[in-house]
Amino acid sequence: MPDDLFKSDELLSKLDPTPPQTGWMDTPVQIRKGMYCYASNPKSVEYVGLPNARAWNPLDDDWKLPENWEEIIFEGFRERLDRFRSFKVFMDICVRCGACADKCHSFIGTGDPKNMPVLRAELLRSVYRKDFTTAGKILGKLAGSRKLTLDVLKEWWYYFFQCTECRRCSVFCPFGIDTAEITMMARELFNLLGLNIDWIATPVANCYRTGNHLGIQPHAFKDMLDFFVDDIEDITGVHVEPSFNKKGADILFITPSSDIFADPGTYTTMGYLILFHFLKEQYGFDITWSTYASEGGNFGSFTSHETMKRLNSKMYAEAQRLGVKWILGGECGHMWRVIHQYMDTMNGPADFLAEPVSPITGTKFENAKATKVVHITEFTADLIKQGKLDLNPGRNDHLRVTYHDSCNTSRGMGLLDEPRYIIKNTCKNFYEMPRNTIREQTFCCGSGSGLNAGENMELRMAGSLPRANAVKYVHEKHDVNMLACICAIDRAALSVAMEYWVPDVDVTGVHELVGNALNLSGQNERTTDLRSEPIPGLEGDDGE
Amino acid sequence: MNVNYIFSLLSVIVLFLLAYVGVEAAGFQILFGVIIPYLAIITFIAGFIYRVLNWARSPVPFRIPSTCGQQKSLSWIKPARIDNPSTKMGVVIRMILEVLFFRSLFRNTKCQLKEGDKLSYEWEKWLWLGAIAFHWSFLTVVIRHFRFFIDPVPSCLQLLEKVDGFLQVGLPGVLFSGIVLLAAVIFLFLRRVFIPQVRYVSLASDFFPLFLIIGVAISGILMRHFTKVDVIGVKELTMGLVTFRPKIPSDVGSAFYVHLFFVSVLMAYFPFSKLLHLGGIFMSPTRNLANNSRRIRHINPWNYPVEVHTYEQYEDEFREKMVEVGLPVEKEIAPTISEEKE
Repeated sequence: MPDDLFKSDELLSKLDPTPPQTGWMDTPVQIRKGMYCYASNPKSVEYVGLPNARAWNPLDDDWKLPENWEEIIFEGFRERLDRFRSFKVFMDICVRCGACADKCHSFIGTGDPKNMPVLRAELLRSVYRKDFTTAGKILGKLAGSRKLTLDVLKEWWYYFFQCTECRRCSVFCPFGIDTAEITMMARELFNLLGLNIDWIATPVANCYRTGNHLGIQPHAFKDMLDFFVDDIEDITGVHVEPSFNKKGADILFITPSSDIFADPGTYTTMGYLILFHFLKEQYGFDITWSTYASEGGNFGSFTSHETMKRLNSKMYAEAQRLGVKWILGGECGHMWRVIHQYMDTMNGPADFLAEPVSPITGTKFENAKATKVVHITEFTADLIKQGKLDLNPGRNDHLRVTYHDSCNTSRGMGLLDEPRYIIKNTCKNFYEMPRNTIREQTFCCGSGSGLNAGENMELRMAGSLPRANAVKYVHEKHDVNMLACICAIDRAALSVAMEYWVPDVDVTGVHELVGNALNLSGQNERTTDLRSEPIPGLEGDDGE
Repeated sequence: MNVNYIFSLLSVIVLFLLAYVGVEAAGFQILFGVIIPYLAIITFIAGFIYRVLNWARSPVPFRIPSTCGQQKSLSWIKPARIDNPSTKMGVVIRMILEVLFFRSLFRNTKCQLKEGDKLSYEWEKWLWLGAIAFHWSFLTVVIRHFRFFIDPVPSCLQLLEKVDGFLQVGLPGVLFSGIVLLAAVIFLFLRRVFIPQVRYVSLASDFFPLFLIIGVAISGILMRHFTKVDVIGVKELTMGLVTFRPKIPSDVGSAFYVHLFFVSVLMAYFPFSKLLHLGGIFMSPTRNLANNSRRIRHINPWNYPVEVHTYEQYEDEFREKMVEVGLPVEKEIAPTISEEKE
């Protein structure tokens, strides 16, 4: 947490959603520290061959744009209107009813009117009207149109990197206008000019080269998992043996690499390892990890559809090379937006894979018949329902859990009850947050879509306000001390957000709860949980 | 004072004067009673079709519904068949609910900070109610007007008018739809002016149609209840229009021409403005697609091959390190290299 960041109560008290006196077109953008992410490292941009790699600074007047940047934007805009009906329709049909305004965590947390989804889109629409509609050309400002200038471009850049593509506004929009879609187009346009942010560009380059965002090379990836193997042995007394790049395994498992790297995601990874060990011991189910396709997340999707496709291609390529039957996907948000809504279309058909069936329960995953990727909570919920797991939820008794639906899995998929079923079967104390803040109405962690950097902490904490506020509610009402989620960015982002807003609540993945509860044959007393913290009631005689 | 609504109000006043003076002083009955309405309806139909076809020309490369409920996955988990449809039938019902009952707007909440640090989200029904009242009464009014274009008037229209006039006040009876329309459109205007955020995002093109529709409603009500227009004469004119034998009856009064002119402007304006959300809602990919993209492959017509980093390239870069920790490789390390190492 940066030292100069306001305390949480200060941030709350200076919140003022009153729009400024000047109209939005006459209120110039001010790129403010704490609210933006650093510009991309030119090496990263160059590595993946994206345009206009150079060092630049958003605070400088000169952004070192290509000479014909207006033309590039105009052509890029036109091309995207021709390619995406969503974009064209969303540019045309907004009636500015304002229903979306206070649905956005960015607006609620910052009070900045340009963070209202409607106005964020108008930033782009105003130029669209000027360039692509007759009325906009003739009537100018009266028709809500304006010319694209460098200041307008900077305004776009500032605000389209304050949208986390969470799609909450699209749930409430009477026409289903999805700001995520508009933000994706805006970021594609930025990419054409080399206006990427480093928190996205460098993970993209890493992922392209090493297979994962963090740039973990194959040997290090294995080492890191081996480290968890040791931890698990210390905690449970059981030695688990993950396999890597194994040809002929039953299935390939892919999950976000940040869960290999950073707490508390690492405990979720330990949960996976325990589950997979159990399945292998009990049922001979053979799961392999890949170092080449070692990333579930896809920061390419925050760059352009093309970059998304380039990174996503590894999943099918690796599944084909290894000859597995189908793919199991770990807990991640936007990874699942990509898998569910884009992957098969972009990189399919996956006719070299089999229609997914759980060999343990015989359940056919009909809903994943074509894409052939099953979500781990679908998989585990089925195992639990069919009584295939030996669970002792008692080891989670000390946790009072609430559940945060990730934006992408809820609004881009509808995966709502599977994780809840798992939670309810692995721990006793489960409390829902208020209805308007969960399921399809869930609030973003505030750091999605590649905005999980350190330098934009004020933006992130402001954006996490609605989510944290709902957690605080259940913390105060039900003494909730654990926030469960199924997204790696959530695990990283919400941990910081909790520290800032509700310090007594920790963050966990759903499969950490599974790992805690699952009994392994030959295990020891298991007096600590996966965090190596003593479990109250199970620790030694006095437990201090 | 807000330049956007002043400008829109002035535009509508100018339109009024154009029609009023044009008919009263200049005697342009043929222009306002025949030529402009014909042009307006042609613009409306041609413009509407053009715009919708223009949208349709752009493909839907990805299946991107906003899923607003539980997906259909495991057999024992109850899916939200309508809010997260997995079948065509589900989509049709979802669309019906969206188009006819504004399902999504019905969810509307109002976010408020209470006691300084508690966010609350209350159900905000007024926008939904205002919108529903506006659109349904507008539709009723439009349908009601078909009696001017059909002769004899079908019994269903007579029945509609009877129901609409259930208040049984005044003669000719006050029609409920007209009152609701006027009230709703004024409500929509007021919320645009008084809710700071909505005012901030509003453009002239948001106020103009509201004023225009207020003009349509007021001129209509004025004609029916105050200037007591010659209905026989009006029908003569409107029947002339639909049978392509236009004629101008002698004495229908300028209120009628103002009304007709407002409607003509509204129709001509419609396809080139946000009012086309009427067509757009049917085309919205976040609503009109089933959430079945993992079950049935969706085709992107412009999908093109991209440059990827292959496994071979990856292994070539990291082979030694992989071999060192015992990760399987496709190609063993070439002997020359290993000899050198030794």
